[in-house]
Amino acid sequence: MNRFNYMFKRLLVTIPVLFVVTLLIFFMIRLIPGDPARITLGEMAIEEDIIKLREEMGLNESYFVQYTIFMNKLVHFDLGKSLVYKRPVAELIKSKIIVTISLTLVATIFAIIISFPMGYLAGTHKDKLPDQIIRVLSLASISVPAFWVGLMLMLIFGVRLKLLPAGGWGRNFFDCLRSLILPGIAQALVTTALMMRNLRNSVVDINKLDYVDFARSKGANENIIRKDYIMRNAMISTITLLGMRMTWMLGGSIIIETVFSLPGLGKFMIDSIFGRDYASVQSLVFIFSFLVLIMNLLTDVIYSIIDPRVTLE
Amino acid sequence: MNNTFKKRKKTNLKYIFKNPPVIIGLLIVTIVFLLAFFPTLFTKYNPNALSPSEVLKHPSKLHLFGTDNFGRDVFARVIWGTRVDLQLGIFSMIIPLIAGSFIGLITGYYGKWIDMLFMRILDITMAFPFTVLVITIMSILGQGIKNVYFAIWIIGWMVFARLVRAEVIIIKNSEYIQAARIAGFNDRKIIFRHILPNAISPAVVYATSYIVICMLTGASMSFLGLGVEPPTPEWGALMSEGRSYIQIAPWMTIYPGIFLAATGIGFSLLGDGITDFLRTKGR
Amino acid sequence: MGKTILKVENLKTYFYSKEETVKAVDGVSFEVYEGETFGLVGESGCGKSATCRSILQLIKSQGKIIGGNIIYKDINLLNLNKSEMSKIRGREISMIFQEPMTSLNPILKIKKQIFDGFYKEMKLTNKEKELRALELLKLVKIPSPIQRLEEYSHQFSGGMRQRAMIAISLAAKPKLLLADEPTTALDVTIQDQIIKLINGLKKELKMSVILVTHDLAVIAQMCDRVAVMYAGKIVEMSDIKSIFSKPRHPYTYALMNALPSKNKRKKLEPIEGTPPNLACLPNGCSFAPRCKIAEKICLEKEPELYELEPGHVIRCHMLHKTSAYKSIIESSNER
Repeated sequence: MNRFNYMFKRLLVTIPVLFVVTLLIFFMIRLIPGDPARITLGEMAIEEDIIKLREEMGLNESYFVQYTIFMNKLVHFDLGKSLVYKRPVAELIKSKIIVTISLTLVATIFAIIISFPMGYLAGTHKDKLPDQIIRVLSLASISVPAFWVGLMLMLIFGVRLKLLPAGGWGRNFFDCLRSLILPGIAQALVTTALMMRNLRNSVVDINKLDYVDFARSKGANENIIRKDYIMRNAMISTITLLGMRMTWMLGGSIIIETVFSLPGLGKFMIDSIFGRDYASVQSLVFIFSFLVLIMNLLTDVIYSIIDPRVTLE
Repeated sequence: MNNTFKKRKKTNLKYIFKNPPVIIGLLIVTIVFLLAFFPTLFTKYNPNALSPSEVLKHPSKLHLFGTDNFGRDVFARVIWGTRVDLQLGIFSMIIPLIAGSFIGLITGYYGKWIDMLFMRILDITMAFPFTVLVITIMSILGQGIKNVYFAIWIIGWMVFARLVRAEVIIIKNSEYIQAARIAGFNDRKIIFRHILPNAISPAVVYATSYIVICMLTGASMSFLGLGVEPPTPEWGALMSEGRSYIQIAPWMTIYPGIFLAATGIGFSLLGDGITDFLRTKGR
Repeated sequence: MGKTILKVENLKTYFYSKEETVKAVDGVSFEVYEGETFGLVGESGCGKSATCRSILQLIKSQGKIIGGNIIYKDINLLNLNKSEMSKIRGREISMIFQEPMTSLNPILKIKKQIFDGFYKEMKLTNKEKELRALELLKLVKIPSPIQRLEEYSHQFSGGMRQRAMIAISLAAKPKLLLADEPTTALDVTIQDQIIKLINGLKKELKMSVILVTHDLAVIAQMCDRVAVMYAGKIVEMSDIKSIFSKPRHPYTYALMNALPSKNKRKKLEPIEGTPPNLACLPNGCSFAPRCKIAEKICLEKEPELYELEPGHVIRCHMLHKTSAYKSIIESSNER
């Protein structure tokens, strides 16, 4: 069994899951008490308009028919129009998804840059001062609210020092990058801490194993030992953790984007929830689910690349 | 022989308490509980009292944390908010802990199709980020702190179910339990008297971390505007209120966050201490 | 007797933890000559592995060499700094470990693990490295070596992994090979192959070998000289013939007796008592609590090494009894 077979199999499993998700979303929205058409048009609506909208939305049909209409639209990327932004949802998603994904990428880069050297340092100095300090920092990072950290960062660097934008999105590439730095750090906090701890534990475990000693005994260069014998093995579980955390970051993006007023999918979702735009919420939940499943798939694939024991079984 | 064994148990407890992080954690948690139960001991102001003349004042001797845009004393609001956040943490954890452990116990013990069914559901659902699921459910249920609880309960039991189930499967196959089954003990007795006490320990350990997760999630929901209703003082809500005034009145955002962060750290430290203690005790 | 290639003088390696200090190697001295296989034998925990690891300074984290000298070809290894020591490893002294599965990096190809043993000053081109790696695999008699180079350790069988480990350890052409229980984790038939392989390689590459094992049968098949260790000290050291034909130290004698023999009527006699706790050794001779000929002085004073004959030393107070050991034991058994 080679790598492609493995990927293909995983892809196959994802499709029914996606299908189930659409069913869940479909029924979830219909659980909301009240008439969707009435809610959409607001309290001041006239009865005739409500009846007309109900007809348009297909609310008088059976659930089966409604579901077919829903799926049909979905497959054709017809996701309706956003009540809040007054533009087609599909178009909005296209422009906003970049923001959310960029935020996740920036956060991931921060997480890797900090956690790898710190985790290695802590692992090779087990129970000594670096290890203790890093352990404390990790614990603190997991326990504090990311949105508050974001606000504090915004206060210090954005408002007081005016170094970085306190929110919003830039016009060109570099401005956008600058606006992602502070939210990226806030987003990366928990993930960095978890990765540091994980890597540290892996390094400690690996140092106990014979293959590091054997590598030394054959006279291998210390840099090669650090890179190919310790780190490459230690980071297997850390990368897997990162993959999982990246899906988690999608959830976090909802909050961080709100704090920093970033025009991403997360903010779009919150705005739609408050705007009672349930159709958009429905589509967004679907997109989020899709992204989550794709990220899970990618994590598995990357894991199979890093660890040769996996695909060749 | 018995004497040395008892001595070791005692030194374990003492050793754990001598550990500075645990003491700090215990201290913080104790203070938090005091603030929650006896807020009037710490502040004489009414957290909801509007005071148009005292709007957006800097922190001073009169108002330790300043006032907000309605002239309310921020210190009072932070103190009174403690009970809301504490409740959020503890009560949203308790139900998932109990329900999830129970479900994990049953599916782990009886196995077969019921186990497979639950595991499939768990695997798929737990691939999704907690926050997204909670927000999705909140979008259906609507705003309000009760709905925050419901949302967390609906999702939260899964992680406990998984922990307990894994433990049950290990214990189930131990010789001790197999002997009990051969001896004819009925299922209920086996599950509750013999398996439960051991299987539940990883869940209890995780529960302290989960308090922090729930508290942070609840605060996040309130921050977004989906949680507590105004004017209820709650740290997340306070930070949300303060956001618009962050340039001119940063104290509205800084202090609630410090309290939330400190509470989170306190529970985490305490949780670590409990974990270490249980580990040295040998399950 | 050729030149001395390695001389260990009064080596002491202790392991420190919060509760106790374990004296794993407590004053060990021996010499290894060029071209010979020197054996270190003893029960688990007697310090033989720790001695080996101390030579290459690859001791586990809480251990420290706190005394003695390790002199390799006139250089005291304990005086070298980190980079000088790393030049000794692989090029002069190399080591193979007990468990081949955990000694090989699971995520690197075997080829790469051999390449990592080559050092910069060898100035090998990539082509030369490949050729040399191939030669090494052929040397240890691994079939289909070209294919095996591109494979990972989990694709090898147990015996083949051990061979691969040996091949890797020889990459930089060491003069002294430390073999730490190389056969213990293997099946008996594979053990035999590895023993023959190491014996053959020793001759072909003109290496010296230090063999660490608890298995006297392996010692018999491979070693020229042997040191018997107990509780961190050498209790008897001699050439291979003398050790087996006339063991003098009570512990050595007991070890021999614990082996099954051709005489079916002879009972297997395990050694009475329990192995010593290296963290709190008794006063006097460490073996005294389990010794059948021990007397009062044995419990009070630690014996020194004494040369019975040239090349044969033992550490015992009861020297006057040890030659008549056999008859003493048998008469006490009959009572």
